[in-house]
Formats: sequence, structure tokens, C-alpha cells
Amino acid sequence: MALQPEKHRMPVQSPELRAHNFKEVALGYDEETAVSEALRCLNCKNRPCVEGCPVNISILEFISKIRSRDFEGAYKVISDSSSLPAVCGRVCPQETQCESKCTLGIKFEPVGIGRLERFVADYHNANYSGGIELPVPNGHRVAVVGSGPSGLTCAGDLAKKGYKVTVFEALHLAGGVLVYGIPEFRLPKEIVKKEVEILTKYGVDVQTNVVIGKTLTVDELFDDGFEAVFIGSGAGLPRFMGIPGESLKGVYSANEFLTRSNLMKAYLDGAHTPIMHAKKVAVVGGGNVAMDAARTALRLGAEVYIVYRRSMDELPARKEEVGHAEEEGIKFELLRNPVEILGFDDPQDRRNPKNGFVTGLKVIKCELGEPDEKGRRRPVEIPGSEYVIPVDCVIMAIGTSPNPLIKNTTAGLEVNRHGGIVVEESTGKTSKEGVYAGGDAVTGAATVILAMGAGKAAARAIDEYLSSKT
Amino acid sequence: MYKIITKRELNPTVTMMDIYAPLVAKKAQAGQFIILRVDSDGERIPLTVAGYDREKGTVEIIFQIVGGTTMRLNQKNEGEFIADFVGPLGCATKTEGLKKVCIVGGGVGCAIALPVARKLHEQGAEVHSIIGFRNKDLLILEEEFKAASNKLTVMTDDGSYGRQGVVTVPLKEAIESGEHYDEVIAIGPLIMMKCVVATTKPYNIPTTVSMNPIMIDGTGMCGGCRLTVGGKTRFACVDGPDFNGFEVDFDEAMARSSMYADFEKREREGLCNLFKKEAD
Repeated sequence: MALQPEKHRMPVQSPELRAHNFKEVALGYDEETAVSEALRCLNCKNRPCVEGCPVNISILEFISKIRSRDFEGAYKVISDSSSLPAVCGRVCPQETQCESKCTLGIKFEPVGIGRLERFVADYHNANYSGGIELPVPNGHRVAVVGSGPSGLTCAGDLAKKGYKVTVFEALHLAGGVLVYGIPEFRLPKEIVKKEVEILTKYGVDVQTNVVIGKTLTVDELFDDGFEAVFIGSGAGLPRFMGIPGESLKGVYSANEFLTRSNLMKAYLDGAHTPIMHAKKVAVVGGGNVAMDAARTALRLGAEVYIVYRRSMDELPARKEEVGHAEEEGIKFELLRNPVEILGFDDPQDRRNPKNGFVTGLKVIKCELGEPDEKGRRRPVEIPGSEYVIPVDCVIMAIGTSPNPLIKNTTAGLEVNRHGGIVVEESTGKTSKEGVYAGGDAVTGAATVILAMGAGKAAARAIDEYLSSKT
Repeated sequence: MYKIITKRELNPTVTMMDIYAPLVAKKAQAGQFIILRVDSDGERIPLTVAGYDREKGTVEIIFQIVGGTTMRLNQKNEGEFIADFVGPLGCATKTEGLKKVCIVGGGVGCAIALPVARKLHEQGAEVHSIIGFRNKDLLILEEEFKAASNKLTVMTDDGSYGRQGVVTVPLKEAIESGEHYDEVIAIGPLIMMKCVVATTKPYNIPTTVSMNPIMIDGTGMCGGCRLTVGGKTRFACVDGPDFNGFEVDFDEAMARSSMYADFEKREREGLCNLFKKEAD
């Protein structure tokens, strides 16, 4: 059989349809498509794909199981390394990780590893009714701070080794960025709920509404009998540009806009939490969060512009997400840097209800200059090229800084000048004995899978630490 | 789920509740706030801690019935539960070293000012309190303030109780008559706090205000509660809610607080009709 040069296409909701709903965009492979895609794998000896995976899933093995239609077996292989397969199959940037190393990718398109992972996880969630093999409890207690990707991974790995794990979540719902940040149309919340349920079956206790650093401190967790603590408290305060007009009504951080829509379900009719249904929205930034905010605003009925200071080639968001955004009709204002947000002001009538609402975003055109220290070409403003994009809402998606609550209340925990917790990279070990950390709390805004990799490394290190103590 | 242990109407628009939340009660301090959701599909709203009982494990909240969520909360009765209650959040009011303080409370803001007055009183400071209301019917916590203050002045806008006028009148009189306050702490509507600051600034009396902007997570993640303080963006949930009143941009805070005025009006009217129907 001749090898198909391209990945099997992912069935999706049509752009015209999905621009008006919050249902998942990608619909997933069926069994036949999954088996055919698995057959594209060359079964090569050196398995470069595994190297590209931050949690080192045995990719070749799970693909072989799909080929032999042992889908449950494939799930078992993935879940040995990943606590959140249905999530990763959807949101991992496979094109820069496992798939970027695929041997097939040298000449053709790589194997659709992410799509296969998603298929396997969805198959398991839809069909598996058996129990799980419970580990023998080892009597040790570990606290995990935050129920995002790093926390859930760390908790899952430790629970499977017999640890009694308690996860403390500040919000009312477990999942961290998976529930407040990533929209329903990219990651249905039912899936996150299911993954969390699986962890609770392994004995993980999830306590919501507990803010570590406020309700309880890290030191109190040790006093309560926890022998190690993993901090995965995630991204913190959003950054703003420092340009005039950022406090006008209609200016959101991406975190706020997405939290209102995703966590608080403000996109639903009759929701108790308000969100602005703007007519025209400018989203400032070019990362995955910017794409999520833009596509959410579009679904709420707006015409949406992405404003980014470099060109399409430098856009840091996943290609697939950029492609989806373009198909849905989002406009890209590239090589543009915002200089001011303009607002309505009626000097005759101070009580005019329109006062203080956004009317436009003034941007300046840029061209690309010399590469900066990271090798990305620096945008250089073209003097006199300013113009106004008329919008009634501006969403700032230009990153976050790590959450300050824990560092402010934990003596002996070293942080860097950005506020990120300082760790030994391979173990997540911090400057404080028994305390480990990972995810955005350490790195600043990054990806789900990197956070999971950090959670995994920390789980291994915590296991070694506690095993050696006794 | 968090149980409502007691519920008491302080006046027709203001209700007090004690909520069973032992972890929060153990840590809460004057000036901090909590976030609650009434139901599982509810909105998250911040309310400043009005009191706590560490032994009983309860936290006292006092709220004005102004929007959909506070209307729903007010429908709940003793023995019933609310979905979520998290805290204590924000920083406690700084009271160390203060010997003589004027506490200025306006309306439901008095509920938040009271624990601060109590704390100062307990640590031996001389406390002068000025509390203001629109009229006699809206008066709350007079006895409690009396017990926590060396001197109490009650003001009403219409003169139906206490002295007629706004809170800044007796404040200015006190300052001009030679009272030397280490600090003035003002908690109430934005416009009141702005006026208090305008009153104290000429005398350069340090003035702390408690800000209560729109919030969602309350833990330093969403950035919705941002304020401009001293020309810099600050976040009420982690940097506040107390700020140096001289540095707060009140006009901006007032404008931002009306962002969802339309939505709130619709919610309120919709619920009024709903509750009316249920009552019929």
C-alpha cells in the first residue's frame, strides 16, 4: 500500500457554523481513520518522537496498539506517562514537539500523533466501564497547590505510586487554566471534569475554595502532616502595555475576558456573570491566549482584529489555531503596535452613559529590524504612520507574571526578579526543603504540556525524596 | 457548601449573615475580604469581612441588596447553604503604631469600618468614628460603633437622625478644632472616600481608603480589579483593598464601576419580577 503523504484530515465543524457556537471545533477521528493514520507510522527504531514529548509517552507502542485495534491497550500505554490524555490530544503543540521529530516528517507530513492520542483518550472515556487498579497506599501525604495541568499531573503520578494526595484549588472548580482559560470550543469542560474524576478514583482529594498563601500557608501544610508540597499555582497578574486608556470601560485582560466566558459561563444566555458583547474587538498579542480570546469574542458576535507587532512568521500561536482563526474570519492587523486606547468623552454632559467607553485603538505601523537576543526580528515603528482602528473593546493578551500570593507568605522560598519560583530544572526542587514547583508559577506563561512535564518531574523527585527519608 | 448560621436584617436593604467557614474564620482580619457564590451557576462577588468568630468557625458578612447576586443571597435563610465561600483575601488593614484615628464610614461601608474600629479600640488607640447614612431608616451598627469608639458622630443626609449633613463636615471641624489624627480611615461609597481625601489632604493627614472594585477570581489572576494608584496599575485583590487615599484615581474607579450598569439593571428587574411572581 502506498504511503499517504499527508495526515488524515481532522473532521471539523465548518467555519461558518462554528463562528456562531461554542461547541468543539475539531470532531475527532473515527476508528477507521485512526487505524489508517496509525498505519502511516514507519515504526522506526530510534523513536525520535518520544524525545520530543515532555512527558515521554511511548508513542510507538500506543500507535502499534491502535494498528492492532487494541484501543484500550493504547490508552493504557499513554496513561502510564500522561495523566491527562484527552486534554493533551487537544491542546499540545505537537507540531513543535513529538510530530516535529517524526521520521516521516522529513519527506512528508508527520504522523498525526496528537490526533491519535485524542482518539484513544476519547475512545476510553466513551467505552471503558471497568475499574482501575488501585495502588497500595504507602502512608505518605503530599499536598499539591493548584489543580491546573502541572498540579493534576503531579497529583496523578504520586497517587498511582500510593501517595495520599490532596490538591488545593483557589477557585470553585478544579482544572486551573483548562477551565478558566482554554475555551469550550477547543477543550470541552466535560473532558476536564472527566480527567479530574479519574484522578479522584485514584484517591486524589481535591479541595476547592482554598487559597494557599491566604486560607492556609505552605508552612501550615507541613504542620498538618504533609511531607512534601508541590506548587503549581499558575499564572498570575496580567500584563498591560502602560499606554493611555487602558482603564477605559471595554478594556479587558485576556485572563479576565476568558475567565468570564469559560469559568463563569458568561457566553450562555441567562448567565449571572456579565461579559461585554462588543461589536468590534481588537485583541493585542499573538499567542495562543490571544487566539482564544479573539475566537471567543467572535462567537459572542463581534468583528475581531488581532493586533500584533511582528509578522505572520513570528506569530507565537500554534499554526493550527491561527489557521482556524483565519477561517472563522478573524482579521490580522500585523506589524502594528498599539500606542493609545481612545474613549468616548462628552464634555457637555458628564453623565452621558457612553462616557469612558472605548471607541478605538490607535496603532502605529512597524517594520522588522535586526533580530533581538532571542533571534526574533525586532519590530521598528515607522514614524508618522499612526491610525485608529475603530473598536469598542480591547483585549490585552500580552502575558502574565507569576502569582504573588505564595512567595509573599512562604519564608525561604527563592524567587527570581520576575517573581517566578526558582527551581532545579530536572526535579522542580525549590530552595525550601520538601517544596517543589512547576508550571507557569516557575516559568511564567507557557504551555499545558510543559507544565505537565514539570509536574511529572516533580512527582518523580518527591517520590525519591520521601522514599529516601524513610 | 457553606451553611448560613444566622441571618439578620439590619435595615430593609442591608442584611447580616454568619457563614460557617472555619478555615476562613481562623485567619480573617479586619480589612480583608471573601468571595462567594450563592448557587452553582452563580457569579463570584467580593464582600469585605465584617467580623469573625474563630471558636465557632463563622465569618460575618454584611451586604446591601443592590444587584442580582445580593438579591439571590438575601433569599437564603438560616440553615440553608451557599455554594462557595473563599478567603480571607487581600491584605489586612494596617493598624500598628496608630494611637489616634478617625474612622469614617458611609452606608453599608460602616460594616467594614466596624472591625477596623474594634481592632484599633482593642489595641488601645483613641478612636473617633463618624458614620453617615442617607436617612434614619438606613442606619446600621450604631450601638456597635459606640462600643468601639471614644467618640461617635452619626450623620444623615436628610437630618432624620443625628446631625444633618455629610461626613466630611464633622471631620473638617474636628481637624480644625485641633484633633491630631495619626490617620483617617475612610470606607464607603467612592464619592464619599474621594471627598474625605479632599478634606484631609490640605492638612496632610495620612488617609487610607478601602476599594471595592469589580472582581472575578480575587486571587491575582484576572486583573479586573485594577486601579490606578500613584500613577501605577495596582490590583485591589492582592495589593489592596486598602490604598493610600491621596494616590487613588477615584474618577477612573468610579467610571470603571459602572461598566456593567445595564446588565445589572436588567438582572435586578428580571429578578424582581421573578420573586414577585413566586410570592403571588
